Amino acid sequence: MSRQNLTRRGVLKTGAAAGAGLALPTYLSAAGHEGFTNAPSGDTVTLGFNVPLTNAYAEEGADELRALELAVEHLNGGGDGGMLQTFSSKALDGTGILGKKVEYVTGDTQTKSDAARASARSMIEKDGAVMITGGSSSGVAVAVQALCQEAGIIFMAGLTHSNDTTGKDRKANGFRHFFNSYMSGAALAPILVDQYGADRKAYHLTADYNWGYTTEEAMASSTEALGWETVNSVKTPLTQTDFSAYIAPVLNSGADVLVLNHYGGNMVNSLTNAVQFGLREAEANGKKFEVVVPLYSELMARGAGQNIAGILGSQNWDWKLENQLGARYSGTNAFVQSFGEKYGFPPSQAAHTCYVQTLLYADAVTRAGSFAPCAVVEALEGFEFDGLGNGPTLYRADDHQCFKDVVVVRGKENPENEFDLVEIVEVTPTEQVTYAPDHPQFAGGALGTCNNGA
Amino acid sequence: MLGIKGKDLSVFILVAVLALLAPFLLNPFPVDSAMAQFNAGYPDLMQRFVIFGIFAIGFNILFGLTGYLSFGHAAFLGVGSYAAIWMMKLVSLNIVPGIIMAIVFAGLFSVLVGYISLRRSGIYFSILTLAFAQMSYALAYSVLTPITGGETGLQIKPGDTPLLSNVAEGEIGRANFFGLEMSDSSVITLGGWEFTMNVGYYVCAVVMIAAFYLAIRIFRSPFGMMLRAVKSNQQRMNYTGLNSKPYTLAAFVISGMYAGLAGGLMVAMDTQVGPERMFWTASGEVVLMTILGGAGTLIGPVLGAGFIKYMENIVSKINSTVLHEWFAFLPDGMEDFLVTIFYPFVGKGWHLTLGLMFMAVVIFLPGGLVQGGQKIAAMFRGKKAAEKDGKTANQQTPAE
Amino acid sequence: MDQIIVQVLNGLDKGSAYALIALGLTLIFGTLGVVNFAHGALFMLGAFCAVIFSRILSLSHEIVDETRTDFLGNPMKIDVPYMHDIFGPELGASIIDWAVPLSILFSIPIMVGIGFAMERGLIKHFYKRPHADQILVTFGLAIVLQEIIKAFFGANPIQTPAPEAFTGSFDFGVLLGFDPLTIMYPYWRLVYFAFAALIIGAVFAFLQFTTFGMVVRAGMADRETVGLLGIDIDRRFTLMFAIAACVAGLAGVMYAPIVAPNYHMGMDFLVLSFVVVVVGGMGSLPGAVFAGFLLGILESFASMPAVVQLLPGINQIVIYLVAIIILLTRPRGLMGRKGVMEE
Repeated sequence: MSRQNLTRRGVLKTGAAAGAGLALPTYLSAAGHEGFTNAPSGDTVTLGFNVPLTNAYAEEGADELRALELAVEHLNGGGDGGMLQTFSSKALDGTGILGKKVEYVTGDTQTKSDAARASARSMIEKDGAVMITGGSSSGVAVAVQALCQEAGIIFMAGLTHSNDTTGKDRKANGFRHFFNSYMSGAALAPILVDQYGADRKAYHLTADYNWGYTTEEAMASSTEALGWETVNSVKTPLTQTDFSAYIAPVLNSGADVLVLNHYGGNMVNSLTNAVQFGLREAEANGKKFEVVVPLYSELMARGAGQNIAGILGSQNWDWKLENQLGARYSGTNAFVQSFGEKYGFPPSQAAHTCYVQTLLYADAVTRAGSFAPCAVVEALEGFEFDGLGNGPTLYRADDHQCFKDVVVVRGKENPENEFDLVEIVEVTPTEQVTYAPDHPQFAGGALGTCNNGA
Repeated sequence: MLGIKGKDLSVFILVAVLALLAPFLLNPFPVDSAMAQFNAGYPDLMQRFVIFGIFAIGFNILFGLTGYLSFGHAAFLGVGSYAAIWMMKLVSLNIVPGIIMAIVFAGLFSVLVGYISLRRSGIYFSILTLAFAQMSYALAYSVLTPITGGETGLQIKPGDTPLLSNVAEGEIGRANFFGLEMSDSSVITLGGWEFTMNVGYYVCAVVMIAAFYLAIRIFRSPFGMMLRAVKSNQQRMNYTGLNSKPYTLAAFVISGMYAGLAGGLMVAMDTQVGPERMFWTASGEVVLMTILGGAGTLIGPVLGAGFIKYMENIVSKINSTVLHEWFAFLPDGMEDFLVTIFYPFVGKGWHLTLGLMFMAVVIFLPGGLVQGGQKIAAMFRGKKAAEKDGKTANQQTPAE
Repeated sequence: MDQIIVQVLNGLDKGSAYALIALGLTLIFGTLGVVNFAHGALFMLGAFCAVIFSRILSLSHEIVDETRTDFLGNPMKIDVPYMHDIFGPELGASIIDWAVPLSILFSIPIMVGIGFAMERGLIKHFYKRPHADQILVTFGLAIVLQEIIKAFFGANPIQTPAPEAFTGSFDFGVLLGFDPLTIMYPYWRLVYFAFAALIIGAVFAFLQFTTFGMVVRAGMADRETVGLLGIDIDRRFTLMFAIAACVAGLAGVMYAPIVAPNYHMGMDFLVLSFVVVVVGGMGSLPGAVFAGFLLGILESFASMPAVVQLLPGINQIVIYLVAIIILLTRPRGLMGRKGVMEE
């Protein structure tokens, strides 16, 4: 069976061109008779999975894709159903979405906003996708979110941590399940003070781009509020691989904590360099020197190996949550079980967030009874749910950001295998990481109105 | 006709016809067929084909004629894009002022870079242009964030109200050409086939045809001859008392303006800019497009641009599910075997295919894709024509 | 003051990597006249030699431990390296620990082989072709090589630690009369610097004091005449290419513990090493080495907090800025010879 026949246009045409050789031109933007872009009219619906398949985040993209394929399988009634069992909303019954079988197309973002948009546009224009998800950086998320807003389809962001995605660049058609810089700061600060004391001097090394800026701002303001002092903060180029020149001055700067506002490859390298320079064994101001990584990525942590031992950071989710902290995080085990059975190892937080986003979208469509983006937006705004691994969660209407507990983790001293590199230290409850929609760190954005694209 | 004649005229007509019929030619497979995966006739990719075609045509005016290999042309494309998006955010959603400003700013920037870089030749020139482009990229990504938007780039936002356009409160402005929106399309259904005629694409196509026409005129003008003279022996030219610098600088600025035009069109078609557009790999890409297609030939760069963009957008989207569907008619064992063979080369392996193609083309077709086309044409026309073709090919690619 | 000394050390260290890569690149430019965009890939392959060798050393077989369970509740499987079986747990563990230095021995034949195969199989046919064709074919090769590595090792960086004995830092300050703990420098980086100096010295000695080297130098200066004298210069050039590949590979092997290798590390270094070579001057080996160290040190200084605060963004562009200034004031780079790659 061919896949194309499942898209909106394929089906449109089968009817239109049955007898006549030439049908009258139909307008693409107004097509679908239902008043929104790519309205699925056959017995299937197409979702677009736009993930990094090449370049530095290829492994994260591959893991996202695994989870997304699993989500499609579960939505279509295959496998063990995963989180469909535990999800608090029972609208989904394993018969696809609104009775339409779920199909998907994949594309490569290359972690570049241009390539990501090209890939997303081909999904919208060629394959008739009604929703796009995936991605592994905020630059890509913001770019694709803006595109989806213009085109009139729904964007369910994958891994994107910058405040901007639901801050100054928020869009009505875009939704983010992943947490953000502010939440990392708010969740980590109390635990850092608890573990390392209130009288600490922090030195920030910050990746020199938007995500780095928002993370540094969040970390600095949250820790300063609890008594820490920020001694210095230095921006490092994104393309840097050897951070020795930035690490070397840290020990003599009077600081006793190093905060690495780095992600991915940057984080692996700067952390490795920090360990090489003996920061982990050093003492400063009469205290043991500490290193903090605000955003952990388990996949990249594998690249850092032994070096992450004992280092605190935050995560959106961890596969051990339910086992260690009980039924509040139900859904976790169901997901880990079906993912593990299929692929042989536990899922990453990137995989989890993409899986959940797909389920949330499908559920919203089902509850709304329509694929129309505005109906979906209405169903998701202010939606409270549970059983998707993060405990009770709210999709706030004001900025389309999910509010849920944040996991604070620490690198394990003696990991048993490459998938079990971090241990959960504590879970910061939702209330502590919630902020006002007009918080200064998120100012300057407007959702606008939802766009059906017609 | 139009001041061009003979072979040039036929090449020009060929390009014009190909560009105007692209929505039909690029969708050769019925939408229902398994081969539809290879259809490239959707607006975004067609726009990219012609925009990168313009970029490569412009690059070829510098590299193909003068032999100066710039490794920083993406910077001009980026500057053009930033200029265009600011025009759209502040002045007008009509794409015309944006594109004009894109050309102007890219031109000004290329005067600066060209004036300095052209003081050296050979690889020293290449590294100077590379250095300028890398600095532009690094600064746009970081320190210049207030102007460039940094990593997340610039888009048109609901709050943007351009002076000359009426945008309703909370609406996001859309790029248009005197009222015609770039995203408007009409779909023609013909039997099992389906063709999308997109306004934006035709704007691009017309611009590209004009740009191509201009390039032919430059190639055949006395100015073009002068540039070729620079390539074949600059020293001798200088000894005859001719100062070659104004000519090379003019060529550099013209190709910079072509890059700016491409950048402006990119914004017009898809209203966003990100700094990766200026990274050295983007500069490298246009070099590869030109060499791959055939440096110094008229149509080569366009072919090279189309080839690379096709790989990037079509091959990368083939995943294992698609492969399984293709080979579904085979017995199970056979199917899995073929999928295993093909899988490393598609989807996330598209880079591998691209690399292999680069090597294959340069090893087997020293003159680039254009030579491949000529070989095929010669095969059909017999030996005599082949000899004649070989000659013209040599004329088009003077020894380097 | 202490900070300046630290940054000089950093610069020397970074410079050693730049110098080693640029050295090989210049050898290929100078002798063969080929623009080799796959040189970064050779560096990457060297680093992966270290990865592969340590993987071989830690090849393991599984033992099922019934007392513990994995995340799905099945009995835990534990890997036991064969090295532990052969040499006993203690010696086995220390052999694995020393994987990176040991892999130098492993990588030399491999890199020479790769260099030999590349030159004979591909590069040889491109001596007479335009530089543009050389760029396209070597760039294609670089992509293919890194995609092959990616297919086997994935896209994530792979930690390849230095031996236990070299972890930790050396207290330079005490040596120079500063307070203890002010100038700390990691042992392995010092090893890297010494190693780079050794390799550079060896290459120079080889070219300076052997007949072979003399012929190659003559070939670099005037290939045609050397050929006319009846010397088979091509054979020697093949070996030269293999040596250049080997230098890049060794630079990669020793670099693996400093920055965890990933499949595109070659591309990250490619552009930088071209800048280094050109700043040093085309065809000049001392120029390449000198420029490598110079740019390394300048880059380190530009990263100092005080400098960055004074000139925001300077750390992003310093190398390119310096390259522009040098090329404008010295037409052929620091020590370039007339006529090489200027056409």
